[in-house]
Amino acid sequence: MVRSHILVCGGTGCTSSNSPAIIQALNEQLEKSGLSEEVKVVRTGCFGLCALGPIMIVYPEGTFYSRVQVDDIPEIVEEHLLKGRIVTRLVYDETVQPNGEVSSLDDTGFYKKQMRVALRNCGVIDPENINEYIAYDGYQALGKVLTQMTPEQVIEEIKASGLRGRGGAGFPTGTKWAFAAAQPKGQKYVCCNADEGDPGAFMDRSVLEGDPHAVLEAMAIAGYAIGADKGFIYVRAEYPIAVHRLEIAIKQARELGLLGNNIFGTDFSFDVELRLGAGAFVCGEETALMTSVEGNRGEPRPRPPFPAVKGLFGKPTVLNNVETYANIPRIILLGADWFRSIGTEKSPGTKVFALGGKITNTGLVEVPMGTTLREIVEEIGGGIPNGKKFKAAQTGGPSGGCIPAKHLDVPIDYENLSAIGSMMGSGGLIVMDEDSCMVDIARFFLEFTVDESCGKCTPCRIGTKRLLEMLDRIVEGKGKPGDIEKMEELCYYIKENALCGLGQTAPNPVLSTIRYFRDEYEAHIYQKTCPAKVCKSLLQYNIRPEKCTGCTLCSRVCPVGAITGTVKNPHTINHDKCIKCGACMEKCRFGAIVKE
Amino acid sequence: MKSLEELMAIREKARQGMGIRNDKFEGTRVVVGMATCGIAAGARPVLQALVDEIAKENLDIQVGQTGCIGICQYEPVVEVFEPGKEKVTYVKMTPEKAIRVVHKHLIGGEVVQEYTIGQARK
Repeated sequence: MVRSHILVCGGTGCTSSNSPAIIQALNEQLEKSGLSEEVKVVRTGCFGLCALGPIMIVYPEGTFYSRVQVDDIPEIVEEHLLKGRIVTRLVYDETVQPNGEVSSLDDTGFYKKQMRVALRNCGVIDPENINEYIAYDGYQALGKVLTQMTPEQVIEEIKASGLRGRGGAGFPTGTKWAFAAAQPKGQKYVCCNADEGDPGAFMDRSVLEGDPHAVLEAMAIAGYAIGADKGFIYVRAEYPIAVHRLEIAIKQARELGLLGNNIFGTDFSFDVELRLGAGAFVCGEETALMTSVEGNRGEPRPRPPFPAVKGLFGKPTVLNNVETYANIPRIILLGADWFRSIGTEKSPGTKVFALGGKITNTGLVEVPMGTTLREIVEEIGGGIPNGKKFKAAQTGGPSGGCIPAKHLDVPIDYENLSAIGSMMGSGGLIVMDEDSCMVDIARFFLEFTVDESCGKCTPCRIGTKRLLEMLDRIVEGKGKPGDIEKMEELCYYIKENALCGLGQTAPNPVLSTIRYFRDEYEAHIYQKTCPAKVCKSLLQYNIRPEKCTGCTLCSRVCPVGAITGTVKNPHTINHDKCIKCGACMEKCRFGAIVKE
Repeated sequence: MKSLEELMAIREKARQGMGIRNDKFEGTRVVVGMATCGIAAGARPVLQALVDEIAKENLDIQVGQTGCIGICQYEPVVEVFEPGKEKVTYVKMTPEKAIRVVHKHLIGGEVVQEYTIGQARK
């Protein structure tokens, strides 16, 4: 009989830091020690603390081991699993109390303020085993709606919960379902948008990898509510683990009759198919996504007609994002009032954020709406490494904006983020410290949109290109007076005239950085300096003669031979030759080289 | 899937053994001394017997291991922690004794005095 479970993270983050090898080593070592009957190794989805990967938890103790290496496995098996002695050197130090006792993970700064609704099963169950999902109340919500509720009641419940689209725009989900349900009977479709394209966002991937059945169950519920018998999940081919687990989940659900004909003995039938996207950012836009599912080139089309009226193959279609779906089974089981008790009045529930950038605890967090950015960055995120100061947080990816330090205490919800010039977006949250140049950040996102613009409408295709050219000039020190105003005008033009949501929001990174960091733009244009010392064209590497000992190290590492000098005498940099790679500054042991 | 009952039956079956994944467990815990001394004295079969019997009887009890508690001559040692009650320490355990402890103590609520450390020291 099994007395211990070892949960090893099998999300993309930990997989790339070698968790499959760890699982294999664990199984081999357990076999060798004769423990394979007693100890079960379970590969789960993402735990959230990706910065500390590979991660594993040993139950019943709940010991949280971080940064585990294959070489550590014999010790863990011998000490912990055989002799019951925790290997303290590998335990996540936040769970170790001053008296040496190991406390629960839920009490650490990273998890304490989190509330897991959409991620409830991620890092808890084996996503490739439908029975584990069922053990944690899986498919009960589907059973409940099919046997005890009418489609109208389901829609009322979702409406009453106040759930809003987690893909970014925040449209009320219940209202969307009601529109599709109101269409005349006939072929209808349920679609899931798993084409997560924002740089730095990975929450949809994590839900699919950690809890694929939750999405299938929710899609079936949506199908019952609007009268559809067919669902499509549009998922990026760049998410191989998510695709693999979805395939397994669909197969298992069909085997148990949770997808297919006459589910729960009713006359409701529903099935789901996968469609793999080739990774075009525009295919995350709903009309482009459906065009792509139909087998055509992924380009948006004007709305109305909205998908709820005329969507996939011209039929009424409900299209929701992965995280939105992940909330549905919980709302059905625990009720709209429970969901409303979380978060804020206008934005009930929780939101998952993918924390990245200059932050200690890179990873995945889920917090109630209304949590402040400060709580996320300082408490959950563990602050900014190396004692640097917070400068801004970027939310919403290429469609969002930068939030400066003065707005750190704004409670996060859809309305508040729009009011301060950003947006919820799908949930990427990139933290920037004082070493980040805001003009450069705006340029980075613009470069992304220019690359990804589908080219169908002129404001986006040409407008973003012209914006990027202006930004390129500014970071190269060739900015002209009046550039800021010209960019602002162009931004508003694009916002007003682009065809789809992506074009309409593409100028946001530029507008929000101009709004909060205009002084940095002005420094680039008028003083020809980059205050954060990022833009290469605007800075110079120099050697401080009083600090230089003439050790010659810098001249030896310089790849272009720009540094000259004799032994024990201060060296100098030839600025005509210097390519500003920074190798000399990195190597100097005396702090004699400065960027200015 | 024909009915909600069928789903609940799968759920009940799947839940067995999943209770291990609860580090806030507040019920009874049984701990076996599994240091070198314990293993040498035969703690492994004792642990296995406990795990098997508790699973067979479908009890909501966690079984764990611990290191050496310093009474190596009395190994294998099994400690029972019940919420709100004093710890009971059983010594010189065997798989047979362990099964008896499961039935008499963990199910019946009656400490098996003759196996306890108090008796062994007399």
